[in-house]
Amino acid sequence: MVNFVKKYYLIILPVVFIVLIAQIDRYDQLTTSGTFGAAIRLAIPICLAGLGGMFSERTGVVNIGLEGMMIMGTWFGAWAAWMYGPWYGILAGILGGAMFGLIHAIGTVTFQVDHIVSGVAINILAAGVARFLNVVAYADQPTKSSTQSPRIDGEVGDFTLPYLSGGEDTPSFFGYLQDLDVPFISDMGGLLLGATSNLSYISIFALALIPFAAWILWSTPFGLQMRSVGELPTGSESLGVNVYLMKYIGVMISGGFAGLAGAYLVLESSGIYREGQTAGRGFIGLASMIFGNYRPLGIFMGSGLFGFADALQLRSDDAVHGLLILISLILLIFAIKQLIEKKYTIASISIALSIAFLIWFLSSETVPSEFVYFTPHITTLIVLSSASQKLRMPQKVGQPYRKGELN
Amino acid sequence: MTLAIELSKISKSFPGVKANDDINLKIKEGSIHAIVGENGAGKSTLMKILYGMLKQDKGMIKIFNDEVNFSSPKDAIAKGIGMVHQHFMLADNLSVLESIILGMDKASLKVLNKSKYTEEINEITKKYSMPLNTLSMIDELGVGEKQRVEIIKVLFRGAKILILDEPTAVLVPQEVNELFNNLKNLKDSGVTIIFISHKLDEVLEIADEISVMRGGKHIDTVDANTVSKTDLAEMMIGQNLPSPPKREKNSIDEKSLIINNLTAEEENGRKAFSNINFSINQGEVVGIAGVEGNGQRELAEAILGVYPIESGEIILGENSINDLSTRDRREYGLSFIPEDRQSQGLLMDVSLSENVILGKQSSKKYKTKYQNIKFNEAAVNSNIVIENFDVRTPGNQTLALALSGGNQQKFVVGREIENKPSLLIASQPTRGIDIGAQSLIWNKLRDARDNGLGVLLISADLDELIGLSDRIFVIYEGSFVKELDPEEATPELLGSYMTGLKT
Amino acid sequence: MKLSLKLTTLLAPVFALIVAFGLSTVMLYLIGEDPIETFKIMYDYGKTGKSIVSILNRSVPLYISAVAVAVGFKMGLFNIGVESQYLMGSLLSAALGAAVALPSILHISLIIFVAVLTSALWAAIAGYLKVKKGVHEVISTIMLNYIGTGISAYLLANIFFEKVELSTTAPQTDLLPETARIPSLNGVLGIEDLPNLHGFIVGAVFVGILYYWIVWKTSLGFDLRATGSSPIAAKFSGANPGKLTILAMMISGGFAGLVGMAPLTGYFFKYTTDFPSGLGFAGITVALLGRNHPLGMAFGAILLSFLERSAQILDLYDVPKEIEKIMQAVIVLSVVVAYEVVKRYVTNKQIKEASKAVADG
Repeated sequence: MVNFVKKYYLIILPVVFIVLIAQIDRYDQLTTSGTFGAAIRLAIPICLAGLGGMFSERTGVVNIGLEGMMIMGTWFGAWAAWMYGPWYGILAGILGGAMFGLIHAIGTVTFQVDHIVSGVAINILAAGVARFLNVVAYADQPTKSSTQSPRIDGEVGDFTLPYLSGGEDTPSFFGYLQDLDVPFISDMGGLLLGATSNLSYISIFALALIPFAAWILWSTPFGLQMRSVGELPTGSESLGVNVYLMKYIGVMISGGFAGLAGAYLVLESSGIYREGQTAGRGFIGLASMIFGNYRPLGIFMGSGLFGFADALQLRSDDAVHGLLILISLILLIFAIKQLIEKKYTIASISIALSIAFLIWFLSSETVPSEFVYFTPHITTLIVLSSASQKLRMPQKVGQPYRKGELN
Repeated sequence: MTLAIELSKISKSFPGVKANDDINLKIKEGSIHAIVGENGAGKSTLMKILYGMLKQDKGMIKIFNDEVNFSSPKDAIAKGIGMVHQHFMLADNLSVLESIILGMDKASLKVLNKSKYTEEINEITKKYSMPLNTLSMIDELGVGEKQRVEIIKVLFRGAKILILDEPTAVLVPQEVNELFNNLKNLKDSGVTIIFISHKLDEVLEIADEISVMRGGKHIDTVDANTVSKTDLAEMMIGQNLPSPPKREKNSIDEKSLIINNLTAEEENGRKAFSNINFSINQGEVVGIAGVEGNGQRELAEAILGVYPIESGEIILGENSINDLSTRDRREYGLSFIPEDRQSQGLLMDVSLSENVILGKQSSKKYKTKYQNIKFNEAAVNSNIVIENFDVRTPGNQTLALALSGGNQQKFVVGREIENKPSLLIASQPTRGIDIGAQSLIWNKLRDARDNGLGVLLISADLDELIGLSDRIFVIYEGSFVKELDPEEATPELLGSYMTGLKT
Repeated sequence: MKLSLKLTTLLAPVFALIVAFGLSTVMLYLIGEDPIETFKIMYDYGKTGKSIVSILNRSVPLYISAVAVAVGFKMGLFNIGVESQYLMGSLLSAALGAAVALPSILHISLIIFVAVLTSALWAAIAGYLKVKKGVHEVISTIMLNYIGTGISAYLLANIFFEKVELSTTAPQTDLLPETARIPSLNGVLGIEDLPNLHGFIVGAVFVGILYYWIVWKTSLGFDLRATGSSPIAAKFSGANPGKLTILAMMISGGFAGLVGMAPLTGYFFKYTTDFPSGLGFAGITVALLGRNHPLGMAFGAILLSFLERSAQILDLYDVPKEIEKIMQAVIVLSVVVAYEVVKRYVTNKQIKEASKAVADG
């Protein structure tokens, strides 16, 4: 038990702290079902992008263009949904993203362009294409603009677990737990309630993709060949694996996932395409992929974290203020650990920062809206900086591969 | 006697070189057939053609009397040919099971039948006494075990013909014996084995028949029982096998390098090497013998300054250089011939003229006081290196990647020696290059030594070590276990210390 | 025929332009417009005197931004954060510049110094994170973009905005006094009838020369290029990858700081939420276009500015001017592909020549 705590203290302690802080009335939004529900909804695009990144990187192709593919997902998703209906929007988003995945694949696999350069170029292309298409597609609409689409009607419909979460007018067990106002139990109730109520069918579909992705990669020959291509392209080729094809498929799948993420953003959160609505989530997805060690479950947990930060930022300025004391506490624990390891300089910096955050917390009412806005981004940065686990990156990722180059 | 393989008039050319010239070869079924020749003789090309990686320009291949036309290794595998490469084609992040079954099924979404495969694999490993744990990840395995995985991989696909490309290059004598036993078992079960090597002693031990290749041509096929090593050597290079001739010791009593109690840790806490103590005089070559992975690479890199040390002292000439950066150490007279010329010693996509600057870009040699690089100076010096070290190249503007391995290595060695160091570390200086380049480098090293240079020589080529060194240390699991006089050292003796058999 | 690498740097953009024009022609057809007409309209508008001045003005910050990005590229680093780096630099230097009074040369030098220092430090964060924590700079610089934007917005609205003094409600810094403004070159060049050609174009030329000197002539530049070409070989040759990374990011960031100086001292004279943005990302486009070459990027900057400017007129003709954005993107992609293809061709030729030398020798 003690060993378990020692190993995961960096995850367990913040969770405990958050629950404690949530007991204070003003910060109770930290652990309500509303927040958790929002967290899941905000985590999903990041998770999908991360899964997409995983498929690409596991075949050895770095995909920085996820953001651009997501943008295509938002645009095509919005347009198809507006023209034909929400599920068509999903389909169009996936196809739009996959199409850009194809472009990236052609650039990196066939033409051996540097992966990151190609990805950056894809992002530029996506932005340009989105603007152009937007002007052309909605040219006859009263709301014509280059940066946003008309509003979409039509919903996908959602689902709430009966009896546990009050679906279809049944009593809500989790809701009951939440209302009890008992520490930990109520917060648990909030978490479970948020995770199981008002989940749109797209959300359920998206969440189901996580175990599905794991199953594909580790339990099927197709997945094995895919993974081998990222680890050992020449060896796999000599065993009959079609390396080029696998890379193409991997990158297109990643585009599809990113496109789905974009369509999801439009249909779930905003109901409209707006330029810039991806707000770097493609990159945060990449971060969750790295943090999740290129495995679906890890990616889900990583994106859950970022989603939580995002949810707080959107829903409750108060809750974000509560995060200040959380950060202060974490820095304090970190400082203590450094003191034990006799790393005095880092420890003193940490203590200084911890005190700074404490002062900030005590002397302010709210965190300025400009700072709240970048909560998920700075969370990403902090998480990536502190992830010190042994990463198992696909060995040949980022390296150009030429067929027939054996020994 | 059935022929497993019959090659008729096989020819293959690449721009500028005829790799295979009208090769005719017959390989009997159920035999161990060795193919020998030096680097560049065309053995690898021939094998790649046989294995479907390359297509011959002319000529016919018959497998078990059927004429075949391979367009990819898949076809060769289907015909019962399996290749075990010199550099293992294994992925660290895959398990043994996954590595073996890769490519067996079509890329479908049906579930992998792991238990069935595991059973089948265990049957094979039992049959040939090559135990393996299918659940281990590849990076957990030792070299001999990895080779076993490669062999099982091809047997699993029903290989009746096994091609082994320099299989003993990474093994120590004791592991080689194990391998040979396995090969004899396989032969007794009717498997045909093609054994590519340039180690004549081993070939004479294990093979039934030996084919010699030289300059792209098939010279002859002889019975292993009746041919002698000298005969083979003559056929292989048209002259006797060179080994560096013994010379007299010539060292002065001034120290080039002193290592005191040096210890370094790896990332996982294990010691890369511990309590290393030795010194090198000026005009002396000290050789370190060891199986790859016993700390010698880390030691060399630690002296260079790119591998962190935990404790101990490094003294170069008169100065303790522990706290000095690599750049400063080079300034103080350290030169380094790296193990991997392409990734560690050269900027591949840059001209030779610029590559000669590498290592000295901050020194007065190539930097003016206004921070500018003296490119003209570099061009002149690169020509000196090219001239003195017989680097075959159209000119000094040629990019490094355009050169052959031997010429690249000659350039690197030349650059490092022309920097007039007081200590030269040479790590596998003649690995993977043709004999001509090898002799030249040996001569140059010897000349430099005679001129007062101290040399630390790390090599897996035991003949090279014995021939060049004035003293030899054997490193095993991070410590020096023995110091030997090259006069009394033989490869077998070295081998037993290298594997910890003797202490 | 000796086809040198230098020639390839020219072939690729030419090829890219052909592809871009081709694709745009197709797209224009698809939406029912006449491509030839469109291009003619664009060209006519673009070559007017007014347009040329506008184009040159626009290319100055674009070029400097590209140089900033290129410094990173040369070492294999992707500084996507030029955007937030220059915005923060501009904000702080605008605020400081408005608060002091100095003789012109000192005043302008101070502004530039503050801008360069700020963006260099902001960029150094990403460099530090990469060296010490292994965070890939693409992600860190992008995250820092969002963080930097947020911080700048906050600082502008709450610290540098003297609401009471000024009568507007949009946050802005005070106006730069005359001594901090760089005069236009119209008088010198005798083109008084045209709009102002900003004096900072001289600065851009200086930036180009400085970039060329640092990267191709100095020992540091050798280290940078070596690390970008082969990090391990560079390390073995004595380059300190950690120090170099941070240094490269700081130099890149430093150049980034100069990006905002042209608009700030040339015509904007203050920092507001409307301060020219997007230059950081456009710089990436130009760097890719010009393949990190000082002259290539100049050409790229001018080309891009020309496209942007000439496309403005399309609105009047009911052609979606966003076609220009697609052209931009297609040009970038094709340059990048074309460069690889040409490079491989040249490399193969070299290998052939070299093996001939072995066979003959």
